[in-house]
Amino acid sequence: MGQENGAERDKILEIKNLSMEFPVSRHEKLKALNNISFDIYRGENFGLVGESGCGKTTLGRTLIRLYDPTAGEVLFNGKCISGKLDKEARNYVVNHLSMIFQDPISSLNPRMTVEEIIAEGLKTRGIKDKEECRRRVREILDKVGLLPEHATRYPHEFSGGQRQRIGIARALVLKPEFIIADEPVSALDVSIQAQVINLLMDIKKEMNLTILFIAHDLAVVKYFSDRIGVMCFGNLVELADADELYAHPVHPYTKALLSAIPQPDPLSEKEKKRLYYDPSMNDYSKEEPSFQEITPGHFVYASASEMEKYRKELGITG
Amino acid sequence: MKEKILEVNNLSVSFKTYNGLVRAVRGVDFTLHKGETLAIVGESGSGKSVTTKAILGILQKNAVIESGEILYNGEDLTKYSEKDFYKIRGKEISLIFQDPLSALNPIMKIGKQITEALILKEKMSHDAAKKRALELMEMVGITNPEVRYEQYPFQFSGGMRQRIVIAIALASNAKIMICDEPTTALDVTIQAKILDEIRHIKETQHLSVIFITHDLGVVANMADRICVMYAGRIVEVGTSEEIFYHPAHPYTWALLSSMPDLETKERLFSIPGTPPNMIYPPKGDAFAERNQYALAIDFEEEPPFFKLSDTHYAATWLLHPSAPKVEMPKVLADRIARMQRKEHI
Repeated sequence: MGQENGAERDKILEIKNLSMEFPVSRHEKLKALNNISFDIYRGENFGLVGESGCGKTTLGRTLIRLYDPTAGEVLFNGKCISGKLDKEARNYVVNHLSMIFQDPISSLNPRMTVEEIIAEGLKTRGIKDKEECRRRVREILDKVGLLPEHATRYPHEFSGGQRQRIGIARALVLKPEFIIADEPVSALDVSIQAQVINLLMDIKKEMNLTILFIAHDLAVVKYFSDRIGVMCFGNLVELADADELYAHPVHPYTKALLSAIPQPDPLSEKEKKRLYYDPSMNDYSKEEPSFQEITPGHFVYASASEMEKYRKELGITG
Repeated sequence: MKEKILEVNNLSVSFKTYNGLVRAVRGVDFTLHKGETLAIVGESGSGKSVTTKAILGILQKNAVIESGEILYNGEDLTKYSEKDFYKIRGKEISLIFQDPLSALNPIMKIGKQITEALILKEKMSHDAAKKRALELMEMVGITNPEVRYEQYPFQFSGGMRQRIVIAIALASNAKIMICDEPTTALDVTIQAKILDEIRHIKETQHLSVIFITHDLGVVANMADRICVMYAGRIVEVGTSEEIFYHPAHPYTWALLSSMPDLETKERLFSIPGTPPNMIYPPKGDAFAERNQYALAIDFEEEPPFFKLSDTHYAATWLLHPSAPKVEMPKVLADRIARMQRKEHI
């Protein structure tokens, strides 16, 4: 899937048939991720959207090995980073992947100063030299728009936007290649949100990062991402270029999600007809659905007969 | 002229804290007309929730109403005692909170939570109250109300819980419903459903709604009129078309241009700095510090309201006849032009 155009572009992350199950009780298992496969190219912003409980956070956390996947494989720069890892491979993950969390209040230890929070990663990576640590902390603080004197303060002394900057600084201090940003702006006010998004954009360019951006705000994701994946009930239901996805959504869930975006435009809002998605719309009792390419670079999760229908909707014959 | 149902005049509320007096609301005026939806938009700390809490008399203990009046049916609510409030709270004016989980009692059956007020306040019999509760649940779109009536809050999803909270708010035929960020904790698709529900109920029950939010997108869908609040003051008020298509205050410009819409490609406009510390409210216009269009007078004197139309007012010196002509940011002007083009197609 996607190999045709994927071959030209350098893949940084390949996710192959990833599944994650959580035991709910002795006999029951919750399928949080159901056989997900996609690639993320080097240097792109990949947006992941979906409602709460659809598994987007689980996916992010599985990639960074906060969870062990039940099945499937994750390749990072061609190296397998899922399953049982030796020490070297584990270090590789820690050094090259990092994460920005949603809630800047609960993700920072209130009893540590900013410097300790940011330098903790350096220490675990074996950089013991105090001067070196201090220098790198100052450097990263400057990069995220905080002042050197902020280093000795505690998280409660900062506003929400500044706390998120500390979270970003902590993620960046090890100079990773790949960042998973799990709802980095949802807890912030609109005006602060724009500051943090601009900061992420600047840093991405400066440090050549690849970002997996997980969020539920579709306007923000559209703005931030090059390609977008839509998740629903543990499945990746659609994946396409940002503009393509918003211009020609195929899966009914994507359509429902797009129609629900509130826009700052009263006249069109008042006339807008919203679409609703009901999972029973898809009958998978007879045909097994799979994740297939419908137009180049545009994938959708559908069964054979649904593909037929979607093709007609898009006006593609054959 | 529409009939006024609630009038807030020059309301100021402060909080006593160890660090000093926090001036949360500093002279707010607005009127709510019968049957309209008035949205109050602002960032956290702008005083929007405090204003509505003052209306319901549920301010924290350390809050002081320093001046102003809240007129409802010709009576000043700021003079009300707790006993007086008991008669109107829930019955005349009801409130929907942001977080539906913490607004419901986790160990009380849903049915009992809805009927509680009916039995206590309306002196209904248990059977009558149950009948009414089932009606209400059906009205807010809960399927199988008989089964749901016997369930506990944890058995409901977020959207369903918010529907229950709305049902409780509607139980006593309130005339004014205050919605304090009712959909902030919900997903977009659920948010769309709840907003539709609130709008539908508002129309069928002839309610007047005060809708508090920080999301301008949500407001576009709901509001007849909008008040934009910043640092404890209303900086611009107008109909929703006026605010979205002809914004006049630099703060409204900044708010509108800092949120991306689906066509935004250019770099986002971000408001520099953070809101002022309200223990030491700045002299002059509170937004001046962060305002790229600020004039010298903005740092000296607070701007009065300038009239743009009968319904549209903005508090900025830029509208003074002797102020230099300033256009709104190009990003925003482009977007508005784009939106209006879309309507003509």
